[in-house]
Amino acid sequence: MLIRPKAGILDPQGEAVKRALPALGFDGVGDVRVGRLVELDVADPAQLQAMCEKLLANPLVEDYELQLLDGSA
Amino acid sequence: MKFGVIQFPGSCDEVDALAAAARVGEAALLWHGDRDLRGADAIIVPGGFSYGDYLRAGAIARFAPVMESVIAFARDGGLVLGICNGFQVLCEAGLLPGALLGNANRRFTSRQVALRVERADTPFTRTCAPGARLSIPAKHACGRYYADELTLDALQARGQVVLRYAPGHNFNGSLRDIAGVCNEAGNVLGLMPHPEHAVDELVGGSADGLALFQSIARTPQAPAAGGVGAGAG
Repeated sequence: MLIRPKAGILDPQGEAVKRALPALGFDGVGDVRVGRLVELDVADPAQLQAMCEKLLANPLVEDYELQLLDGSA
Repeated sequence: MKFGVIQFPGSCDEVDALAAAARVGEAALLWHGDRDLRGADAIIVPGGFSYGDYLRAGAIARFAPVMESVIAFARDGGLVLGICNGFQVLCEAGLLPGALLGNANRRFTSRQVALRVERADTPFTRTCAPGARLSIPAKHACGRYYADELTLDALQARGQVVLRYAPGHNFNGSLRDIAGVCNEAGNVLGLMPHPEHAVDELVGGSADGLALFQSIARTPQAPAAGGVGAGAG
């Protein structure tokens, strides 16, 4: 599960990274958003959406995206 | 007036909250794993780092057993004050609108702030003069109040913005300088600064925070479930 700050909400962490990169010689960096990754091993992936809405993300300020990987991945 | 102060694993301001409440009434700690509010007339959700602030500040504490009772108590019109981490918990619990995000300055910041009392007719500010200035410490890393524009307009129109940072004191980047908001019914207040640390001039440099506790103590114990009413925000 990938969680990131909603578009339009100030992301001070992303701003700091955006300013750090050119200082290291990496030019051409546009917007930077820093989010987080939650890896879950679940028996029933149908519950993931509810898990996100109820606990893992705050839908008021965060967008989330689910990526399903099979057990061998 | 009996205050109940919630203690989560990771709370760190519950003892000061208890001491502040004890100056104006009876006060007892309530453990996060208990559902019994032990007859409290008002609940304080204190500052700290409940459950380590894992995931998001307040996200896990919001599901603590005691919070089921606090949510029911608030829905019945009971007075609930959330301070700092407690404000974050109340937002996560849906008792207050909005969310608290990482400070715009990206730093944990501890400093004295000046607040303006926008509403002096709430159960939490009734002993303050309208427009009064309170000097109270703030100390947090995630105190940037956020709600979408429509919500902010509605909060203002309904008079739910109870406290604002005075000009030059909004160090965390809170939208519209909001330092404290109440729910629509007016019986739940959350604020980032710490009134419980400003109850004694000798050790706090200011006793302005005491006004919030005195206000609660002077509120009739069966709060009317009426709204805060419309008014300037």
